[in-house]
Amino acid sequence: MVLIVAEHSDGKLRKSSLELAQAGRELAEALGVEPVGLVLGSGVEGVARELARYLPTVKLVDDTDLANVRAEAWTSAVSEVAKSLDAKAVLFSSGRTGLSVAPRVAVRLEAPLLEDVTSLGVEDGMLVATRLAYLSRVTERVRARSLPVVASVKPNVYPLPSEQGEGSMEAVYVSLSERDKRVSVGEKRKPSGERVSLDEATVVVTGGRGVGGASGFESLVEPLAARLGAGIAATRAVVDAGWRPYAEQVGQTGKTVAPDLYLALGVSGAVQHLSGMNRSKVVVAINKDGDAPIFKVADYGIVGDVHKIVPELTEALEEEGS
Amino acid sequence: MKIVTILKQVPDAEARLRPGPNGVDFSGVTFVIDGMDEYGVEQALRIREEGTESEIVALALGPARYEEAIRTALAMGVDRAIHIETDAGLDPISQARVLGKVIAGEEADLVFVGGKQADWDSSALGPAVAEVLGWPHSDWTISMELSDGRVTVVHDADEGSEQLELPLPAVITTQQGLNEPRYPTLPNIMKAKRKELRKCTLEEAGGAQPLTELLEQSLESRERRNVMLDGDPKEAARELVRRLRDEAKVLSK
Ligand SMILES: Cc1cc2nc3c(=O)[nH]c(=O)nc-3n(C[C@H](O)[C@H](O)[C@H](O)COP(=O)(O)OP(=O)(O)OC[C@H]3O[C@@H](n4cnc5c(N)ncnc54)[C@H](O)[C@@H]3O)c2cc1C
Ligand SMILES: Nc1ncnc2c1ncn2[C@@H]1O[C@H](COP(=O)(O)O)[C@@H](O)[C@H]1O
Repeated sequence: MVLIVAEHSDGKLRKSSLELAQAGRELAEALGVEPVGLVLGSGVEGVARELARYLPTVKLVDDTDLANVRAEAWTSAVSEVAKSLDAKAVLFSSGRTGLSVAPRVAVRLEAPLLEDVTSLGVEDGMLVATRLAYLSRVTERVRARSLPVVASVKPNVYPLPSEQGEGSMEAVYVSLSERDKRVSVGEKRKPSGERVSLDEATVVVTGGRGVGGASGFESLVEPLAARLGAGIAATRAVVDAGWRPYAEQVGQTGKTVAPDLYLALGVSGAVQHLSGMNRSKVVVAINKDGDAPIFKVADYGIVGDVHKIVPELTEALEEEGS
Repeated sequence: MKIVTILKQVPDAEARLRPGPNGVDFSGVTFVIDGMDEYGVEQALRIREEGTESEIVALALGPARYEEAIRTALAMGVDRAIHIETDAGLDPISQARVLGKVIAGEEADLVFVGGKQADWDSSALGPAVAEVLGWPHSDWTISMELSDGRVTVVHDADEGSEQLELPLPAVITTQQGLNEPRYPTLPNIMKAKRKELRKCTLEEAGGAQPLTELLEQSLESRERRNVMLDGDPKEAARELVRRLRDEAKVLSK
């Protein structure tokens, strides 16, 4: 079977976990095995039921010690379930949690890791994945040399799955050791004012240093984003300057996004930034410097001052009624 | 306290990669110490400078060219270095098995490693080394404080930041925001030449077999329309909306 480790927040499955269910279904079919969902946490029956609409079988481990993500506890729980079910593949989505837990599970299961993959397939009985490397400048195909395999799947790549009726749900018990609980999780700080989650946005508006300051974000970026129902992102230069929170940073050391539409306002287009957005479907760049590298990766470019062009763009969209 | 900082050497971010016979041509590319790993070197130095007596050891697994990155770390202030020299293309999980063995032999208390390596774009090394050692880890760490055999960190989680408290020994993966890495000074670069750099082969370090195999590489390229829209701001903006709607079809409604 293929084990699909689902994540949730506020009692709901993450969109990336739904995509993962789709990836898991496709892989299970290619391997000729069953896809099985796994939900970890405390009070997760509702989440498991939601997942069971997409998968024939869902296992849930309801344990207060799994309420917070502690990599070791999650590793033990996932590995134990994977072993008991003789999983051929264990799938995570490659958010922070998946990227942190999947390598530990790979070590524990003595399995190869296919990390942050954009596709997963089977060739001659072995798992083959495509992924990006070298700051997303290179695409590579990698083959795992043995089974089982642990893989993390990039969000926003697989489509959402169709519903399949009611799958079966089964609560399973895992024994966590003291070691699994030795890290204590303290205060959490969620970014405030984040209207549309960057991970899930189909349109992203990014402000760079060229928007001129925190006030430029308020007067230019926010109205345009609101008009488009878009998520707001920033470059590292902007985050370093304290204009926006780190959670909004896109690039090598920030988030990776691949929306249908990416608008870069006053962004120069440094490699480290491009590595976080170069898989966007359509890219728009507005920059006063016609030689800015961002134009090389843009579908549509306007050379000019963001203070003049962005308000016109917001207005034109308003007229459009979109 | 003994601190190990793991180093990688990666293509300079500004380096132009070209297509080559085997996919991507890396000849002529400048390789540098991975920026993500420098934060760990800096953090180790600060721990010592703030009064915790420490020995700081740089540890690297890679081809001969890695020596330059190791010298950079020595010049920043690391005491000595171990270089497991190999041309084998080991995946991060196999690397972690080798590195873990060496770290266990060093009896380290704290290990730093970059949160994401700019060669394979992998963030697996830190968590995998921690698992091999049987230690806890913190990923994407943005601040840390040591006290009584424990380390309290703030790290980036899926939704915002989160505080963690870990018992030592532990693995900390580093990133931007943790500190501002120093530049090596000329006298320290000279001094670094006399510091111990122990080399060993992959076999001497315990050996490892790759778990994955690279089938092919190619330069990621996406066809872009590259249409520049002229005219005054109003015209350009309207033309953009029209094209997003009719040509690119990315405006809903
Ligand atoms: C290890 C490492 C990791 C990094 N990780 C990231 C990362 O994750 N994300 C990231 O973004 N960066 C990252 N960087 C930094 C990156 O190299 C760039 O410095 C950064 O992306 C630049 O941000 P910017 O485009 O906002 O600023 P700038 O490069 O200063 O560009 C500002 C642009 O705005 C234009 N402009 C100015 N005024 C106007 C105006 N009125 N109207 C229109 N245009 C205007 C200018 O022409 C210029 O092109 C990293 C760097 C390193 C070394
Ligand atoms: N993602 C990968 N998985 C497995 N092997 C790889 C991967 N990327 C590169 N390699 C192998 O590692 C060798 C050295 O790569 P590098 O460490 O980038 O110099 C390459 O020649 C490949 O054989």
